[in-house]
Amino acid sequence: MKALCWHGKNDIRYETVPDPRIEDPRDAIINVSSCAICGSDLHLFHHFIPAMESGDVVGHEFMGEVMEVGAETRDLKVGDRVVVPFTITCGDCEQCRRGNFSLCERSNRNKALADKVFGHAGAGLFGYSHLTGGYAGGQAEYVRVPFADNTHVKVPDSLTDEQVLFLGDIFPTGWQAAVQCDIEPTDTVVVWGAGPVGQFCVRSAVLLGAEQVVAIDNVPERLAMAEAGGAIALNFDEESVLARLQELTQGKGPEKCIDAVGLESHVPRSIDSVYDRFKQAMMLENDRAHVLREMIYVCRPGGILSIPGVYGGLIDKVPMGPLMNKGLTVRTGQTHVKRWTDELLSLIDDGQIDPSFVVTHSAGLEQGPDMYNTFRDKQDGCVKVVLKP
Amino acid sequence: MNIDRRHSLQPSDRLVRGLGWLGIGLGLYQLLAPRSVTRALGVEGAEALVRTCGARGVATGFGALSVNPKPALWARSAGDILDLAALLALLADRDHPKRGNVKLALVGVGACAAGHLYCARDQTRRHAYQAGRTPDYSTRSGFPQGLERARGAAARSGGLPSRPAALPSPARSPGPRLQPTASYRRDTSGYAKGSDYDY
Repeated sequence: MKALCWHGKNDIRYETVPDPRIEDPRDAIINVSSCAICGSDLHLFHHFIPAMESGDVVGHEFMGEVMEVGAETRDLKVGDRVVVPFTITCGDCEQCRRGNFSLCERSNRNKALADKVFGHAGAGLFGYSHLTGGYAGGQAEYVRVPFADNTHVKVPDSLTDEQVLFLGDIFPTGWQAAVQCDIEPTDTVVVWGAGPVGQFCVRSAVLLGAEQVVAIDNVPERLAMAEAGGAIALNFDEESVLARLQELTQGKGPEKCIDAVGLESHVPRSIDSVYDRFKQAMMLENDRAHVLREMIYVCRPGGILSIPGVYGGLIDKVPMGPLMNKGLTVRTGQTHVKRWTDELLSLIDDGQIDPSFVVTHSAGLEQGPDMYNTFRDKQDGCVKVVLKP
Repeated sequence: MNIDRRHSLQPSDRLVRGLGWLGIGLGLYQLLAPRSVTRALGVEGAEALVRTCGARGVATGFGALSVNPKPALWARSAGDILDLAALLALLADRDHPKRGNVKLALVGVGACAAGHLYCARDQTRRHAYQAGRTPDYSTRSGFPQGLERARGAAARSGGLPSRPAALPSPARSPGPRLQPTASYRRDTSGYAKGSDYDY
């Protein structure tokens, strides 16, 4: 089959790889109809995520039709149309029973390695390094889905791929980020980053009833998209983030702050960004933490910081003093996709939200490597790329 | 130039990497053995300058290997021009004892300068940030029933029933708990930053 494979920094190739096969009776094989490039795939592209190996198939946002099922797969049958969550969940372990699906205790087959790095490992993920199981990803013609009975969301034929594809990651990720904020009707919710996850954070905060939602970015078309979804646009190239947020909150700061940027935050003119870039280049820290620092500084005392943005390792100069003295609550984690998908699918089915708004580019899988560059460089107004194998 | 869309790295990207490693290698040589460089070029006593050039080579070499090599390539191109100017100044001295070596160095630095300049221009063109058309996304709300109907729709519908019941507070329903009141509005409207009543 054909797939997109990682070969090093900035090096993704469209290649022929062996077809997946059923390896466990609980597996299923999916014939991928649509997949997408996620912002967190760019962290792999830039080689900020460790434990990647040359030839790894990438991609964790995908959907398609069930082609083959293992002998112990009960809930799926050949021909079912499914979206596959990026977190692989067994459904039986203690964390899965609590609804903490991204912390599944059984699906990371490289748990021993991940335990050494993280203390305790999270769930296995598709196409996201050997620390998360080394599973082949979904930017491919076919994918093996382990624990298939629990790692799927059945979707009706009445909805298009573009309407439901994002149930596998970015829509529930934006939703969880907003839910973690415990939004109240008087709240100002500020979202750093108007990329795909940021767009869903904005819409989730609107649906959950925030008084005002602010989106921070410097890409005009992304800010326009966020504004269309109900946000107040704040372009950090044109105005001071601190001054504008003070003005919007009567000098008190926003109650809820969402980091939809993660480890590659960059503001060219800020001293701490230059410092982070230097330390990152010298391999003295993994992640750049400008957004985290800014959120801690601007957030109202007693507020909540919700962090859906991906971080990989060590960060530096985190202002713990303000974080502690202001009594801020930090909530983060990979998305417990299955916790939210029934709810979100019904929102889509009811016509309350149509996630296809975020798709700006569609291409064949063979053009995927080039689309990584387009997405990374934000060229031609690229916000979200969907690939068709 | 034809682009092979099946590969994210094009030949010029690979050339950038090669130049990056070459810059680091030559830079380290200049840093660690400056005397051999000054002897070869007949400029004994200029070891500090050679070391500075070496440090510059290492820094721009690492920059060329980074995710965004454009600034390093342009900086390196500017440095190459300075190097060429210095070598040409040496060559202008007809009695210079190492004119042959200087000519060789000119050819080498000239080739590197051409490579750096080509790559800097190519990278700037192909990887220009936010290049191309800027589409109008101002109608992409994502709310088929309109933005106003969407505001608070999920909270009004009673929260999130599909969640397991025993979850901790972060996952509890974010439904309305604190309603804005008239007094809340009135109290904050008189806010003046730094006043005694700076609530």
